[in-house]
Amino acid sequence: MSSSRKRSLLLGVGLMLAAGAFARAAEPGPFGYGRIATPAQIAGWDIDVRGDDGAGLPTGKGGVERGAEVFAEQCAACHGTFGEGEGRFPKLVGGKGTLRDDRPELTVGSYWPFAPTLFDYINRAMPMPAPHTLSSDDVYALTAYILNLNDIVPNEFVADRDSLPKVKMPNRDNFVWTDPRPDTTSRPCMNACVDPAGVRIMSTAEGNGLTPRTTGPLDTMQPK
Amino acid sequence: MKDAAATPRREGNVRPDLWRSIPVLSKAAGARAPLGRRSFLGLGAALTGGLALGAKPGQAEPASPPADAPWSQSIGPGVVDRPYGRPADTEAGVIRRNVPWLTAGTESSVSFSPLQDLHGIITPNGLFFERYHAGRPDIDPDQHRLTIHGLVERPLILTMKDILRFPQVTRIHFIECPANGGMEWRAAQINSLQFNHGMISCAEWTGVKLSTLLEEVGVKHEAKWAMVEGADGAHMNRSLPLDKCLDDCLVVYAQNGEALRPEQGYPLRLVVPGWEGNVSIKWLRRIKLGDKPWYSREETSKYTDLMPDGTSRGFTWLIDAKSVITFPCPEKPLDGPGPYEIRGLAWTGNGKVKRVDVSMDGGVNWQSARLHEPVLSKALTKFTLPWRWDGAPALLQSRVIDETGYVQPTIAELRKQRGSNSVYHNNSIQTWQVKADGSVFDVQLA
Repeated sequence: MSSSRKRSLLLGVGLMLAAGAFARAAEPGPFGYGRIATPAQIAGWDIDVRGDDGAGLPTGKGGVERGAEVFAEQCAACHGTFGEGEGRFPKLVGGKGTLRDDRPELTVGSYWPFAPTLFDYINRAMPMPAPHTLSSDDVYALTAYILNLNDIVPNEFVADRDSLPKVKMPNRDNFVWTDPRPDTTSRPCMNACVDPAGVRIMSTAEGNGLTPRTTGPLDTMQPK
Repeated sequence: MKDAAATPRREGNVRPDLWRSIPVLSKAAGARAPLGRRSFLGLGAALTGGLALGAKPGQAEPASPPADAPWSQSIGPGVVDRPYGRPADTEAGVIRRNVPWLTAGTESSVSFSPLQDLHGIITPNGLFFERYHAGRPDIDPDQHRLTIHGLVERPLILTMKDILRFPQVTRIHFIECPANGGMEWRAAQINSLQFNHGMISCAEWTGVKLSTLLEEVGVKHEAKWAMVEGADGAHMNRSLPLDKCLDDCLVVYAQNGEALRPEQGYPLRLVVPGWEGNVSIKWLRRIKLGDKPWYSREETSKYTDLMPDGTSRGFTWLIDAKSVITFPCPEKPLDGPGPYEIRGLAWTGNGKVKRVDVSMDGGVNWQSARLHEPVLSKALTKFTLPWRWDGAPALLQSRVIDETGYVQPTIAELRKQRGSNSVYHNNSIQTWQVKADGSVFDVQLA
């Protein structure tokens, strides 16, 4: 645990003792279970940042240059020095204009609709072995660096709570947020539904070597 | 690796420490090689833990009455020899399995339930499929808290003790990952029921209605959405419309009558019935009410469906109706012509399964299967249909119709609408090709 998180935990414990006084301010619920959460207690976990308008972005700021340093230290091992991705770890850069291709590349630059979501995700889930341990300044810096790698912001861009919501992501307008399903209209026909001559096997999984073993121990449990 | 039927002799790979209960079988099979198909099937069943019924591999049942087995002429271990209990040693192959090439590591990955060895609508707790975004946290329930805040009258911090005091509800619901079947959008790729359909499981969940908790905090009238968040390293979060939260969502601490498994969110998880599994946040620690969705990474860059025109669908929560034949299947081939019972599972996020039809000729003709009680809303439903197999090649399919009248589509129909890059929500009809030797393969039809 980082020392700043320890401090906020201690602060939270202190305020919990004062919570009794705060609780009297609100009417209890039907059961009256639990304790009223004080603003300070809520602040400890209240990390969410809303993607479309950046609501919840904290104070602090970070630029592209600092972002490159943090990225090299914290992220490059999996995501590659320039966000190109190592092995099967996600590529963060490139893929622009590929979304209609046979093999589209979905990256921050080609796919993500909202820049504040990038701050939110790095802050809550990265770096993978030690999530939520970076300072807000460093998360801002990483956000600026990754946006810059994708040519979405210039080298001098500084990410903060004011600048990030204003960044327009290239794929922003290509999402439909209401579900159009059902989008198929099959009928439950019972007899002679298709021409038997038209029933053809187009593809088979037989013998293509992609299926892990389905008996015995797991593949990963095999002696090397 | 080739499919099961093509690689009959794999006992050389079996680790003796894991399989110590079956060395006799392994040795015997090795000594008798090469094996015929029929004997392989018997061996396979014993090794995989499918109930090994009938004759021992490679030998006919003796004409004389069977002798008392050693276990009939000795006394067994007493009570509490296994204070918790575990499956028979010979069932050791009935396990969750993963596809190593699918993900960069196992911490952000999936495992699949062995549907081919399950016989009911309830998934045993140790076999419930897994989906992690940052590995499995092992949480101390005494330290776990659920905070509910945002657009509420009384923001609350609840301990597990607090949550256990609320009125209990128990419901049976499936949870399915929307990527179930996702490896099959382009073509038949994986010759396995487990790997093509095993990201669905179903359990009896016990906890408190989310609506009860929201009444306790008092929802402000401007609240329209909830952000739900886990205590795992991913701090996995999703947005949910408030209407769904108040309708049928559960905050649960028990699964099939016992505490949740750590793999399934111990000590506390959300269950969002009928919706894609990732919104049923595990290790639930926070619910925040707001007036708009959050557009988190898991609902923008992931769990959105890319269409052929380059647009993407977001907030596609519903699990459409789907069914699959679980016997026969690639893992459980047929053992010669004769009478069989086709068995399978059907489900729909829309409510109840109304009907399941089965075709043996690739969708030309269909007959309705029998649905087994209970037929529950947003739960797995079991179906069976007697079938006399004449030994001729067949193309088996099942097709579910749910209570809204929605009919499960073919993969061709789905592709026509969505192309083959949408990853999620492949609820198409599965075709199993049965060959004359009884082996079964995953195929797709025109």
